[in-house]
Amino acid sequence: MTGIKFLIAVTLLSTTLHAQDKFFTKSGKISFYSKAIIENIEAHNRSVTCVLDKNTGNIQFSVPIKGFEFEKALMQEHFNENYLESDKYPRAEFKGQITNNGEIDYTRDGTYVSKVKGKLTIHGQTNDVETDGKVIREGNKITVSAEFNVRLPDYKIKNEKLQNISNTIKVMVNCPLDPLKT
Amino acid sequence: MNKLITLLIAFFAISVRLAAQDDLLKLVDSSKPEKEYVSRAFKSSRVINGHSIEMIPKGNMDFRILHRFGLVNTGANNLWGLDQANMRFGFDYGLLANLTVGIGRSNVNKEWDGFIKFRPLRQSTGPKSSPVSVVVVAGMTYTTMPWTDPDRQNYTSSRIAYYGEIIVGRKFSDAVSLQLAPTMVHRNLVPLETDDNDAFALGVGGRVKLSRRVALVVDYHYVFAGIDRDIYTDPLSIGVDIETGGHVFQLHFSNSSGMNEKAFITNTTDKWSKGEIRFGFNLSRMFVVDKKVKHDNY
Repeated sequence: MTGIKFLIAVTLLSTTLHAQDKFFTKSGKISFYSKAIIENIEAHNRSVTCVLDKNTGNIQFSVPIKGFEFEKALMQEHFNENYLESDKYPRAEFKGQITNNGEIDYTRDGTYVSKVKGKLTIHGQTNDVETDGKVIREGNKITVSAEFNVRLPDYKIKNEKLQNISNTIKVMVNCPLDPLKT
Repeated sequence: MNKLITLLIAFFAISVRLAAQDDLLKLVDSSKPEKEYVSRAFKSSRVINGHSIEMIPKGNMDFRILHRFGLVNTGANNLWGLDQANMRFGFDYGLLANLTVGIGRSNVNKEWDGFIKFRPLRQSTGPKSSPVSVVVVAGMTYTTMPWTDPDRQNYTSSRIAYYGEIIVGRKFSDAVSLQLAPTMVHRNLVPLETDDNDAFALGVGGRVKLSRRVALVVDYHYVFAGIDRDIYTDPLSIGVDIETGGHVFQLHFSNSSGMNEKAFITNTTDKWSKGEIRFGFNLSRMFVVDKKVKHDNY
């Protein structure tokens, strides 16, 4: 009998912890910029899914490629059709961990520098990546942000001289997260 | 014993929780399929001569320059037809995602043309999807040639012809797209009393993508009524679309020199069977006029 009580207690505890541990968004923002001689390219995505487990520091992103909006409709079409092949590879993903999670105090408002390490999958290609980011706690909201470079050849994204697109693309991530209630 | 089982179950519960953390995204994955539009069945808003199911994106303007050269079989001294050129230039504008308007002028017959193109149905995937796109085009041509017989009573309406078509098309795969376009052309004035004012045609357009930037395109109009078969014939064009950033080059061979619907459907006289073909190109350059427009894929 005590055993069952203990079990219920453990289960309850684990679910409550579970509920408070995680933060998420489905409308995070990722932008990218590329400087080129003929024209600069920039696109914004406002439908990024991000989940953070503050206890373990696990953090994951899922990015619908078709959610990137360009100023030029034609560029957007070419991006989807010719470069990212979004029908074949509809999502980009990052699965990783905040390696210095212990240094971040999730109970106190503030801006913390985070080191993130994990696997980034774009265009069906997965690479190990590492970057610095920020974790900002404001009340019960946590915002994660980062800025890093992606090299197109690493993800087998074809680039031609003709198009004059830089091989290195600057990516900016900004995701305000809400507590995840399961 | 009891405690052991409890501990075991508790351990199991915790390990399940840990396992769940491996895929955090699953926790928020609603996995609700979304309706998604199919885009880029053709690289351009025209297959070659006829309209394709593609629209001009909202707020964009397509500047088009068309050339149709002379007959290839006129020989080297005529540079295989290149000495002689007919041209049309035009501007198409995307008023809405599903509404395009355009205007153009051809030097042949000193003819203006204008059209309204509307897409009531767009091919899509997911819930409430449509397997095809349906596009309706209504257009008008207006010639400003001097009257052939200035002495008789001439009417402005005689300068006008109309065309209308319903295009049903589908992108079958990444590479292959096909469309059918029943078309009607009405000429207010025809050259001979025996000529019909109304002509009916079935447009057949297709493309096969050869690489990311190059596609093979075929544009054929079967004219089943309204033209004198002794003189006129069906226009058939075969070519390649080459895409370079904001430009699309459509290079082709055709038996037709007409660059509006009235011209290529009712006025094609050359025959492929006699080797009467000509080189031609369409050049399309897209400009963003309204920069605030967002272009949704959903």
